[in-house]
Amino acid sequence: MAEILPRTIFLERQRSDTWWIEPVLVLLGLGAFIVYATWAAFQGDHYYTVSYLSPFYSPLIYVKSGVAGSAPLWHSLLGEWPSWWPSYLPASPAFLILMFPGLFRFTCYYYRGAYYKAFAATPPGCAVGAVPQKNYKGETFLLIFQNLHRYALYVAIIYLFILTADAVASFIYEGTLGFGVGTLVLLLNPVFLGLYTLGCHSLRHLVGGRKDCFSCAGSGPINGVYRKVSWMNRHHKLFAWVSLIWVGLSDAYVRLVSMGIITDWNTWGI
Amino acid sequence: MAKLRNFKIWRGDSDSGDLVNYQTEIDEGMVVLDAIHRIQVESAQDMAVRWNCKAGKCGSCSIEINGVPKLACMTRMNDYGEEETISCRPMKSFPVLKDLVTDVSWNYRQNQRIEPFKPRPREQDGNHRMMQEDVDRVQEFRKCIECYLCQNTCHVLRDHQKNDEFVGPRFMIRLASLEMHPLDTADRIPKIREEYGSGMCNITKCCTVVCPEHIEITDNGIIPLKERVVDRYYDPILWLKRKLFGKKDQSK
Ligand code: SF4
Ligand code: SF4
Ligand code: FES
Ligand code: FES
Repeated sequence: MAEILPRTIFLERQRSDTWWIEPVLVLLGLGAFIVYATWAAFQGDHYYTVSYLSPFYSPLIYVKSGVAGSAPLWHSLLGEWPSWWPSYLPASPAFLILMFPGLFRFTCYYYRGAYYKAFAATPPGCAVGAVPQKNYKGETFLLIFQNLHRYALYVAIIYLFILTADAVASFIYEGTLGFGVGTLVLLLNPVFLGLYTLGCHSLRHLVGGRKDCFSCAGSGPINGVYRKVSWMNRHHKLFAWVSLIWVGLSDAYVRLVSMGIITDWNTWGI
Repeated sequence: MAKLRNFKIWRGDSDSGDLVNYQTEIDEGMVVLDAIHRIQVESAQDMAVRWNCKAGKCGSCSIEINGVPKLACMTRMNDYGEEETISCRPMKSFPVLKDLVTDVSWNYRQNQRIEPFKPRPREQDGNHRMMQEDVDRVQEFRKCIECYLCQNTCHVLRDHQKNDEFVGPRFMIRLASLEMHPLDTADRIPKIREEYGSGMCNITKCCTVVCPEHIEITDNGIIPLKERVVDRYYDPILWLKRKLFGKKDQSK
């Protein structure tokens, strides 16, 4: 059959509808996030204010004290910023962190499908001519590493705990219990990230999808967990976007409050 | 109220062909297949179109309407603007026989390559038993009407023409329905990776988008198969576990 049909030309289509809206939105949305996150990670300042730590900078491995909007030293896991850190790299804690959630999203089945379309145009839209390739290999060749997505998931689950701890810690400012708009922002963050992470296809496989039989001996309470994960999985795209936007907004919120551009409403009166 | 509408229908055979203009009156509630039939009666008696049930259940009437792969019998005329010209073309990924009719026999050959259902022995009373919750997943895939719209739209076949390396979404879900079946004992995972081409799919979900039965082909069929392939071939910890404790099929 391959001999009979002509090869497709890039963007060849008969569609007259607005098929391009979704890939363009993905391109703009992901593009904007990548630009903002990289910029924010380079800053190395204004990532802490009141009792709020920006999720981009969590967990704090090192703290460079004296920087505007930096966290108190006790917050850091390993203390003061190391002297061996190469001077050509910015002294930003975010550099040690962002790559893990970044890899998780990069290898996520939803995002893969979305950026193969929006960024690689393979295909740009359904029934719209893909970028011609001499020998299309899908995910069997250069992209074979995508098969290790589950390992990124394991790290992402650890992050859920870390960000939950940050949210809890944000209720305490200098020993006093209270809350503010920032607390709410940081509290919603692990909620949205949880809905996204726990709807992961690899997790769905792990908690039951890999089994042929749920009711057979040895499968235990698999079905209930599988059903819950499957529910989140059905809305994976939605939660992927909500959590992505929220994590970016959380950093922006902390940054703006720390810079004094906006004021955080809180019970501590600061 | 009846209204005169413009159509462009592809006419031709395996050698050549082109869009031809037609006009016909459209009544309330008509679908695109009705319009094609009316044009056939009024002005193109020799026009070939395949159909059977006119109820979205036989999967015969797959064509491309305004460039979108669809069932002609399930596409309502009032989905389109009153002044819009409706174009009808044969499915692009299969060789044309005549006009809107394509030769989809490549798909039947893919089906034949798949190792059929191989149930475990019956229980002592001669019955097979399984629980509803165990066959829920498989039943979704059984809704397939073999319209091959997904096969037609999948860019691996449509654009890259990897027909020798990928069986296509329709047969990936057939494989999923066999692999996930609680009674089945065959192991198709090695072939799913090597011959049926699970790695060729890049999960862009166009098959899911066009499926008239709304089967979650990618999320519920292909991705779970990809994960089973990972278990067997790519996960280093599971590989080590197998080396140390012997072979264990993750699905049993
Ligand atoms: S999701 Fe996979 S099988 Fe479905 S259309 Fe895309 S590449 Fe083809
Ligand atoms: S899976 Fe859906 S689109 Fe594909 S052949 Fe079956 S019914 Fe048609
Ligand atoms: S599939 Fe999206 S996070 Fe795993
Ligand atoms: S005629 Fe049977 S599905 Fe359209």
